[in-house]
Amino acid sequence: MADPMKIRAQIKGDVAEIRILMGHPMETGQRKDAAGATVPAHFIQSMTVDVAGKRVVDGQIGTSVSRNPVFGFKMKGAKAGDKVVVNWVDNKGDKRTDEATVA
Amino acid sequence: MEMNPARRTVLRGAGSLGALSALVLAGVLKPTAVYAADWNKAAFEAKDTAGALKGIGAASTSESKDLMLKVPDIAENGAVVPVDVTCNIPKTSSISILVEKNPSPLCAHFEFANGAVADVSARLKMGQTSLVKAVAKADGKFYTAQKEVKVTVGGCGG
Repeated sequence: MADPMKIRAQIKGDVAEIRILMGHPMETGQRKDAAGATVPAHFIQSMTVDVAGKRVVDGQIGTSVSRNPVFGFKMKGAKAGDKVVVNWVDNKGDKRTDEATVA
Repeated sequence: MEMNPARRTVLRGAGSLGALSALVLAGVLKPTAVYAADWNKAAFEAKDTAGALKGIGAASTSESKDLMLKVPDIAENGAVVPVDVTCNIPKTSSISILVEKNPSPLCAHFEFANGAVADVSARLKMGQTSLVKAVAKADGKFYTAQKEVKVTVGGCGG
């Protein structure tokens, strides 16, 4: 099981800023290890952000996203106390769901 | 004759994939019911920018000043290049980010709904100095903005 994500959602003025840190190696499938063997591709392919039960962001990502991906999004209409649910699924079928609350 | 276990695994994998797509074709399994099946393989595995744009449906694009792409001029570490894309065009529904000279140019694609502002920040890997391109879809049309980032140490070879 992958490490928990770090999610922070804060209201700033009329928008809520949502920042997400995911713990993932994001292997491209092109890197070679010390022995010269190719490290197989292992990367997050899809991710979603739901706030107060509604899908806000539906994302697909590829191998060009850095290791331990960090994403920042903004939304209007979020209230303090709304639940933020973030999901990801990688190319091996591993997945992770974590929650936070809008502050 | 000696068996090659790796080859066996590959063949087995190919067989089950074939069976899966047969099920999808037969309508038994809806693609959405399969994990990550909605991942846009054609677009993400395209080897050039034109192929990636075609994959996301952006056959024709026009440049827009309302689409803002923030990237550093010089990235000392190609493994972590911060990008920030903001689109002020009304009805923006998605933003994609591409790095032209990466082995697969398409990095990420985000669809927005339910109050999301067309604004995303992320960190990308860049193998070499390249143009970084943002593509936004607004009201059915595609807009682009691009900027060159000079990379001093690549992030793809490791």
